[in-house]
Amino acid sequence: MIDRDQVLHVARLARLRLAEEEVETMVGELSGILEHVDRIGQLDLDGVEPTSHVVALENVWREDEPTPSLPREAALANAPDPQDGAFRAPSPQAE
Amino acid sequence: MADPLELTVAEAAAEIAATELSAAEYFAAWRRAAAGDELNAYLWTAPEPNGEHEHLEGSLGGVPIAVKDIFVTRGVPTTAGSRILEGYLPPYTATAVRRLREAGGRVLGKTNMDEFAMGSSNENSAYGPVLNPWDRGRVPGGSSGGSAAAVAGGLAPAALGTDTGGSIRQPASLCGIVGLKPTYGAISRYGMIAFASSLDQCGPLTRDVTDAALVLAALQGRDACDSTSVGIEAGVVAPSREDLSGLRFGVPQLAEEGVEAGVREVFEATLKRIEGLGGEIAEIELPNSELGISAYYVLAPAEASSNLARYDGVRYGVRRGGDGDLLEMYESTRAEGFGAEVKRRIMLGTYALSSGYYEAYYGQAQKVRTRIAEDFDNAFAAVDFVVTPTSPSVAFELGAKTADPLAMYLNDFFTVPMSLAGIPAISIPAGLAVPDGGGAELPVGFQIAAPAFAEQKLLEAAFALETAIGFNREHAASIPWKGANRG
Repeated sequence: MIDRDQVLHVARLARLRLAEEEVETMVGELSGILEHVDRIGQLDLDGVEPTSHVVALENVWREDEPTPSLPREAALANAPDPQDGAFRAPSPQAE
Repeated sequence: MADPLELTVAEAAAEIAATELSAAEYFAAWRRAAAGDELNAYLWTAPEPNGEHEHLEGSLGGVPIAVKDIFVTRGVPTTAGSRILEGYLPPYTATAVRRLREAGGRVLGKTNMDEFAMGSSNENSAYGPVLNPWDRGRVPGGSSGGSAAAVAGGLAPAALGTDTGGSIRQPASLCGIVGLKPTYGAISRYGMIAFASSLDQCGPLTRDVTDAALVLAALQGRDACDSTSVGIEAGVVAPSREDLSGLRFGVPQLAEEGVEAGVREVFEATLKRIEGLGGEIAEIELPNSELGISAYYVLAPAEASSNLARYDGVRYGVRRGGDGDLLEMYESTRAEGFGAEVKRRIMLGTYALSSGYYEAYYGQAQKVRTRIAEDFDNAFAAVDFVVTPTSPSVAFELGAKTADPLAMYLNDFFTVPMSLAGIPAISIPAGLAVPDGGGAELPVGFQIAAPAFAEQKLLEAAFALETAIGFNREHAASIPWKGANRG
């Protein structure tokens, strides 16, 4: 159902680095699950409306009243590497 | 005076209101009980009260309640059972917890769970599995396994859980307590760490149906912070119905394979009891329900893969590989922060949403979801409720299904369709049964589902049936939370 190259491609899309043994396990397990799930791929469901949400809701409006936001210090309190009131992350470019 | 830890939430709140029971002593007694946790049910327990959140007014006045570790709570460690959130101290509090406190309830502790609520056995927690208080060699179910074990094991009078595909009902069933998944939208999801946003719903795990009603009544309602929350317009009150006359219970013809003999026996006996109370049993068809697991294991992982993209080591939680470039940091953080099941679901969801596969998987699954919801609509035109066993088996042994993800997923066979349809469903303990492999008797849950927002009607029927079954009275000698069996 799903091969090694596809697993590595999907892992890259998901920003997951898999160890070598995880790749092997993932190929087997995902294939087994997809085989089961594939039953729905075979169904003729032309004309059936997809359900993305079960509660029929229209737009929910509220008055545009300003309320206090999360203070900056609180938002940064859990940051692994805060600096100058901002979140610091490594450069996207390799050194 | 009776052992205060044997009081239900309703009884304790009434005694505290009448000043027959000291709220401070009652809370201290529960703190001692929770501190003696040998089931790994808690990830955090409340310190000595400091005066904060301590008013006694309200329907839950003075009653301590355990909260699944998926609800962010300001200043209280919240991990969702994941290594990636180790040490996280949320800067705000979930609406469900805020409402609990506004009703006079107190947070007794945060309960262990499958990582990000993904699992049916609680073996996917990064902080170790929870043990079933009926048999410590067995699982409590999941993902709200810590909440179920805490209530069943006499470590909390009641608990909050979340249910995405059965995560309240299945552990309640495996632990011999009541678990209610309300209609999608009944309770705010604000501050509930997201797994699959179109399915996640908060609900109570309690010793009886009355307590489930009491907790639901305190929590339900529209919340400006969750635009999908609508509340239960008619409200919720304590149920009082004594019979089931005039009510029709639909039994779907579903594949019987995989249902344990003992579970089937208890289920059949419960149908007889319904008839004894004047209810009518009718066969119904839910032709698409058997596709529920397939649709669910596309939709839930797809939503999860999107929701869990936020754990990237930038704003909160654990960071690894910070000396490399950004991609290296993302990949290291997620590789080390997530457990095997979470990675599996992220992979599954990312694959299902990826270019070329979207229509075949996600699109089809959304259409199956429509069909499943239509099946229930059709059923409810003829019957008042749909009933099934909650779980195909009683509690299974630790490690029995960890090597086979698909076998684990099939635990949710009876609970997933209601989640996909967004309708309310409750599991009540209906009896005890010997597992297929032999051994001591274990609890069997009976699931009752009702149309959207018909919670009051559901609770009334469950209450009448619970009273007739008399589980907590009949099995007092073996119920773990009963005083003589505790500890």
